[in-house]
This record gives sequence, structure tokens and C-alpha cells, in this order.
Amino acid sequence: MKIAIASGKGGTGKTTVAVNLALSADNAQLLDADVEEPNANLFLHTKFSEERKVTVYVPEINKDRCTYCGECSKFCAYNALAVVPNKVLVFADLCHSCKGCELVCPEDAVGWRNREVGMLRRGEQNGISVVEGDLNPGESQAIPVIKAVKQEINLEKTVIIDAPPGTSCPVMEAIEDSDFVILVTEPTPFGLHDLKLAVDVTRRMKLPFGVVINRYGVGDKRVELYCQQEEIPVLLKIPHETLIASLYSDGEPFVNHMPALKQDFQELLTRIKQEVSS
Amino acid sequence: MKIIVTATEKDLNAPVDPRFGRCQYFITVDSETLEFNALENNQKNAMGGAGVQAAQTVSNAKVDAVITGAVGPNAFQTLKAANVKIFTGATGTVKDAVDAFKNGSLEETDMSTVGSHHGMGGGRGRRR
Repeated sequence: MKIAIASGKGGTGKTTVAVNLALSADNAQLLDADVEEPNANLFLHTKFSEERKVTVYVPEINKDRCTYCGECSKFCAYNALAVVPNKVLVFADLCHSCKGCELVCPEDAVGWRNREVGMLRRGEQNGISVVEGDLNPGESQAIPVIKAVKQEINLEKTVIIDAPPGTSCPVMEAIEDSDFVILVTEPTPFGLHDLKLAVDVTRRMKLPFGVVINRYGVGDKRVELYCQQEEIPVLLKIPHETLIASLYSDGEPFVNHMPALKQDFQELLTRIKQEVSS
Repeated sequence: MKIIVTATEKDLNAPVDPRFGRCQYFITVDSETLEFNALENNQKNAMGGAGVQAAQTVSNAKVDAVITGAVGPNAFQTLKAANVKIFTGATGTVKDAVDAFKNGSLEETDMSTVGSHHGMGGGRGRRR
């Protein structure tokens, strides 16, 4: 079973939910797919045993074959190629590795090289199999790294995917093909605004989902009212408590110290399993 | 000399468009006869690489120089490779810019004058 943890707004508690859920499950695999700022391991403290580079293909022009006809530049939808007299310029950071330039080149002058865009790390901690994707600083394309993270999915485990915030392509890549999506929000106007965006995306992707309200007790009741009106199940309310904040600032998952909440997370998992199998 | 001036409209009285990659029009002007023609920039709303594409357009037009407000790093690199001279900081109308070019008051730039994504405007952040 694959459960993705997403949110519209950043900083609502995706990683908190992902980590505590993984610690409450038997045989969990936690994938940190928030590759622009993977932070699940701040709470798990995994010593990674494996690390490898994530690379993408970018074109390399064979100068002996190229006639500078400009077909590749004309074709490239991402403006990653420019052809000027006697020179082809490749802007590797704009390239989406579609390989269209190779197809249109009449001289067979387009080859490929690997370009590193991020790192993938794996390890085991507290019985959880942890996979982390880490986009290199300055890189704009998160998706190849998210894809690499998702290739590590082990379906024999309870797979928990910590998605990036927002509603853009990297989020869709992270939650695609999940059996269930947990949308984490906070009971504030900003939380509600971005929850609506996340609900819209999740519905369009036809993925079953429910809401977890974090920092319950601050703000107002509008998130709950919205969920009622839209018939969205509120799966769990995590209280706004000083102890939780204090544990958080020490890098300590709260389920290790608050057994009642651990039980809540276990019941949450049971409920999701039932919904997925029904 | 054949030059391209970036402009917000399509004639010599149009204001210079300070953006290069995301300008509205490229006006090709003969600096002696002032004969000109205007080409709409169909990549002005590109998701990325507008500067590269604009520089490609300028290179294809086989002009000697380009006059604009500012150029980013990718456009600069492409224009340099195409041996097109780059004059930045132009203001006023296209005609003013051509006059300034002719009397030597525009300075040729030998580096990009703005960072990446300068002309994209606000509100295009990938993250919310």
C-alpha cells in the first residue's frame, strides 16, 4: 500500500505526519520526495548506508557531423539549444531530456551525456526503510529526482511518501499512483485556502484522500466546516500542544513519547487500509 | 549597419522594451536609411529559455548589433557566440536608440547585465 502525504501550504506538518505514521506502522518504507528540502531525516536520524547520484540525459553535439542547420533548436520546446554560425550552444539546465533533438537531427549529430541533478540515499532506522531524494542546489527540475525516489518503492512494505508542498508538477509526480493521499492542513485561513487547491488537484487525479488537521486549536473552524460541506473525511486532529512543539525542536517524533497519539496514528492506518481495500 | 532594437510596439516611435528575452517586438533597422521591419516575439511568454530563443532570433536575422534594456546570462552567451554586438541601457523610442547608437553614446556591454529570469515578473514562483 502506498500512502502519499501532501498539502497545499508548506509548513503544515507533512513531514511530522509522514514520520510519525511510519513509526506507528509495522514494516514501513518512508520515501522523502520533498527533494528540494528533504527533512524527514531530521527526525529519524538514519545513517544512510547507500548513496548514489541521480542523473539526467542532456544532448552533446558531435561537431564533426553537425552542419548547423538549426533543426534541433527549432524543435526544442524548452529553448535549451541555440544554433549560431559554426556553434551549437546547449543550455543543459533548460533541457527536459525528451530526446526530440536527436529525432529531428538530419545528420545524426546528437549524442548524450549524463548530468548530475541530485542524490539518492537509502538506509534503515528503527525498522523503517528510509529513502531520501536530494535535489542539488540551484537545480530547478525536481521531477527526475522524485522519479528516482519512487523507483525504490517496495510494495511489500507500507509505503509512505512525503511529498513536496504546493500543487505543481513535483507534487503530482510524488502522489501519482498512490492508493491514498493524506492532505495535511492547519486550521487557519491560509491553511484552508491552500487545502482547497490541494483538494482540487487530488480530485482531478482521481485519488482517494482524507484530511489531517495539524495544530488543532489555533485559528478557526472553517477548515472543518469546509471538509463537512465537501464530505471530506477528517482522519485525525493533532492538537496544538507545547510538548509536541518542544519534541519537534529536539528532532524527536512525538509518537515515541505520546502513546495516545501513536494509537491515533495506528487507527488512522487501519482506517486507510480499510478504505483502500473496500 | 543592420541592428535589432527591442520594442513594446511595432514602429520606430515605439518605446524601447527594456526586456530582451521577453520583449514584445524585435525591430530590425538599417541605421543609415532607417528602413525597418517588426517581428513579434512569439516566445515572450515562454516557460523558460526566452532569452535563448530571442538570441536565436537575433542570430538568424544576421544583424551586427542588438540594442535593448538588459540581457541575461543565457542570451548574452548566445549573442556573443553569434558575434552580435550588445548595447544595453537604451531608453526612449526605437529611433532615439538608433540615434544614440550612431553618435556613440550607447556603450557596448561585455557581460550579462541582469540575472536569470529577470524579465519574468512576479508571481511565477514554482512553490506556494
